[in-house]
Amino acid sequence: MSTVLELRDLHVGFGPEHAAVRGVDLVLRRGEVLGLVGESGAGKTVTALAALGLLPSRATVRGSVRLLGTELVGLPVRDLARLRGRRIAMVFQDPLAAFTPVHRVGDQIGEVLRIHERPRPGRRSARQRAVELLTELRVPEPQRVARAYPHELSGGLRQRAMIAMAVAGRPDVIVADEPTSALDVTAQAEILAALEDARAATGAALLLVSHDLGVVAGAADRVAVMYAGRVVETGPAHRLFGNPRMPYTMGLLAAAPRLDAAHALSQMPGAPPAPGEPVEGCAFAPRCPVARPECESDDPVLTPADGAPARADDGHLVACLHPGVTAARTAADLYPTSAPPAPRPPGDVTALRVTALRASYRGRRAVHHADLQVRRSETVALVGESGAGKSTTLERIIALGAPESGRIEVLGRDTARLGRSEVRRMRGRVQIVLQDPSATLDPRMTIARIIAEPLEAQRAPRDRTAARVRELLAEVELDPGTAGRRPPQLSGGQRQRVALARALAVRPELLLLDEPVSALDVSVQAGIIALLRRLTSAPGSPACLLVSHDLAVVRQLADRVVVMHGGRTVESGPVDAVFDRPRHPYTRLLLSAVPTLGRPRPAGPPAAFEEAAAATGCGFRARCPVYRGLPAEQRLSCERDLPAPAVDGVACHFPHADGGMPLRGRPASKGHPPVQ
Amino acid sequence: MAGRALPRITRSIALLLVSVLVSYVVASAALCPRAHFEDRTPRPPAAAVDHELAAVGLDDSTPVLARFGHWAWRALHGDLGRTIDGGSVNAQLGERIGVSVRLLLVGTLAGAGLGVLAGVWAAVRRGRLPDHAMTVLSFLVLSVPTFVLALLLKDGALSFNHCLGHTVIRYTGESTPDHKGTWTSQLADRSSHLVLPAATVALGSIASYSRYQRAATLDLLAADHLRTALAKGLTPGRALLRHGLRVSLIPMTTFFSFGFLTLFTGSVFAEQIFGWPGMGSWFLEAAQEGDVNSVVAVCLFSAVTVLLAGLLADALLLVLDPRVRR
Repeated sequence: MSTVLELRDLHVGFGPEHAAVRGVDLVLRRGEVLGLVGESGAGKTVTALAALGLLPSRATVRGSVRLLGTELVGLPVRDLARLRGRRIAMVFQDPLAAFTPVHRVGDQIGEVLRIHERPRPGRRSARQRAVELLTELRVPEPQRVARAYPHELSGGLRQRAMIAMAVAGRPDVIVADEPTSALDVTAQAEILAALEDARAATGAALLLVSHDLGVVAGAADRVAVMYAGRVVETGPAHRLFGNPRMPYTMGLLAAAPRLDAAHALSQMPGAPPAPGEPVEGCAFAPRCPVARPECESDDPVLTPADGAPARADDGHLVACLHPGVTAARTAADLYPTSAPPAPRPPGDVTALRVTALRASYRGRRAVHHADLQVRRSETVALVGESGAGKSTTLERIIALGAPESGRIEVLGRDTARLGRSEVRRMRGRVQIVLQDPSATLDPRMTIARIIAEPLEAQRAPRDRTAARVRELLAEVELDPGTAGRRPPQLSGGQRQRVALARALAVRPELLLLDEPVSALDVSVQAGIIALLRRLTSAPGSPACLLVSHDLAVVRQLADRVVVMHGGRTVESGPVDAVFDRPRHPYTRLLLSAVPTLGRPRPAGPPAAFEEAAAATGCGFRARCPVYRGLPAEQRLSCERDLPAPAVDGVACHFPHADGGMPLRGRPASKGHPPVQ
Repeated sequence: MAGRALPRITRSIALLLVSVLVSYVVASAALCPRAHFEDRTPRPPAAAVDHELAAVGLDDSTPVLARFGHWAWRALHGDLGRTIDGGSVNAQLGERIGVSVRLLLVGTLAGAGLGVLAGVWAAVRRGRLPDHAMTVLSFLVLSVPTFVLALLLKDGALSFNHCLGHTVIRYTGESTPDHKGTWTSQLADRSSHLVLPAATVALGSIASYSRYQRAATLDLLAADHLRTALAKGLTPGRALLRHGLRVSLIPMTTFFSFGFLTLFTGSVFAEQIFGWPGMGSWFLEAAQEGDVNSVVAVCLFSAVTVLLAGLLADALLLVLDPRVRR
């Protein structure tokens, strides 16, 4: 196979001191999928942008980027423009921001043709071709999508339109930068299928950049792992995921939560160097459990793993000075792990009960009928796609006020009947941790003051405050010296620990967690999951309501799970029962869509997932595979009657029988061997 | 679309009525038309003054709201009353409105157009000489009062004419009296009169528009969709033109409706200094003479133009941004 894109010793810097990419070699051959994985700041996106010459003008680029034999580094803008869109195209992360808001989607797709094709096609014929491209990617109602403005489409449809735009010029290379990260899992699966379609139709090679190991494992032929601006391990996907050799890759894979069971997660110590931080020797050495003195000074280069002879660029290569050391070991030998806590009997006292809640968000009804219950010393997860009503439900609970309709009981009290001073006292018993710690911590306050603030708000005695802050820092495994620092001086993981410490300061009885690990990298996330496991299973720990879209994280943390769809609770039960034997077709769809290590991507054409809000009957039937397979007379009940609300059960007229999961084969019959 | 426009227009009309009422009451309270008549030699008898005041509808013995009611009733029928000298306000308005509209139109178009261009240019050349020069110039213009600016421009024009040896730029009136000729020579004559007042009115607008447009463009240059446009194969200039300019104009529409007010104030000075018989100079003369009806007529004109500018800004926003259409 011929090489279409070749990066040689690529260096990218922003300013004299700040090196973002420090010597990357990558080769992409015609028709193959190369996955580029790494955590934030590893230089993935910078590498991807360099492949199109799209870096901002302040970036300094050294080395070589050859596209079909043409050197792109130093190429005049005019010549670069001729190649972009026609020879190499890009799919960006956030399709809403990446489309121009004021032009129709079809025109934006057609524009690629109008730029590159000679004779230049007219507006009308370009628009027609855009519809054809959308049809090729199996976009439902391609005419409507082409006429729509970007904001009128769902995230998944927008991203498919973005892919149609990328393939419009029939490029030889498609670069996809985190193409699924801004989307729900169900849309994610469809985007991966659409990328596969696009590749099959054009024969283009795909450079797939992602932080999500599951996404890459399911889609890539070969994988390159980046760390601190370098490729540290590369090889065929099955070898790299099955038998990783670089200690970083091993730790990363073992730190990723799995969907099929709560399991021990490896915890790598420390954090990757901040972008631009000077690095000497092996960048991973400070965190490496098998580092030797020379690792701190000598630069490792990519060499064949296990001494096996390998053709350059094809075999399994590792950038490690001592690749033999890890040969007979697994991640569990290298890193401390945190095992899931032993299952506990749920308390019999209810900490939170939401009954038939109805709520609006910005004037639109977002929650129609939510039911959920959290008992003492129990963690309940609320899951569903964006727009399912999870956040609105959480917001209504933390408001401690009267709901529009329905009933919220917090710690035995109906929130609609709380007086002003009772609400204030209740705020000390209910605490919340939000997704993004950099937005929830005041950057000008010291950590000690941040943690002490809820104590002051609850009028705790002042002389005890300093001691309590020290205690809390120890509890969330932060250095006592952290107290005098400020949020911008901390890493993302450390900041989330501070947010946790602040929430725990007043010893709450109910802890609300809104996507607590979603903003964190896998290796950091594992540490927070371990901490949450410990904090929620200790005696006297608070009851927890965890809101998350990440089902693998939910599996690691929750005792019970509540699934919401379209503002209604559709299924709930113990996490093992719901995940292993899902009964509602929506739960099954959610679970089967999650790309996971060790399981091939679900095959089959993507379902049309644009859903019209059904006025009557079941809100899920437009997407429901069960409904589609029903005879007409049985469909009637789905169309006419709302399924009964679920309390530890399932709101479906035709739930799956309690046994196994026919939608997918488990354990994986083919594909990559499970990772351990 | 009509469903959204109708309430918007209704609101504007209500606002217009309130503004007219307030102008009438304030003008009646602040101005003293009686002084205008008493200030003659020999001083006329009080009865004669009362008679003259009543003739122009400014009889100060009737309560102000009653006078307003009377005026408003006739105004609704298309008659804005008498000037203090007994002439028709309508006739004055008819003579002067064209002069002002021309000045305001040219000022607005030049101000917004050149301001936007200057802003984009400064943003694209960020941190280089054109950007710094634009910054310094805008702040100079914004910090100098309009009338000083007008006088400076007049001085500049004088020396410019002097250098060339004959009068190219004219600085008095809106056309040369008794100018005869083909329509092209008429146009040239009018243009040579328009340059200075239009520049006085527009310069402030150009300065402030360019600042806002520069900021909007800088935001845009970092936007994801501009990068997408480059990834498709557009050159940076074309990407900015096709995918940037229109988006960056969206926040400018809000500014447009406010900016018009400043422009209007500027035009009052410009008309006075350059001897243009427009609404602005009428306002100043009328205020001195205590001519309530004329002052209210000018206020009515300014209220209508400001509200029209607001409606225009809304319409522009609808045209530019599909996200606000429903």
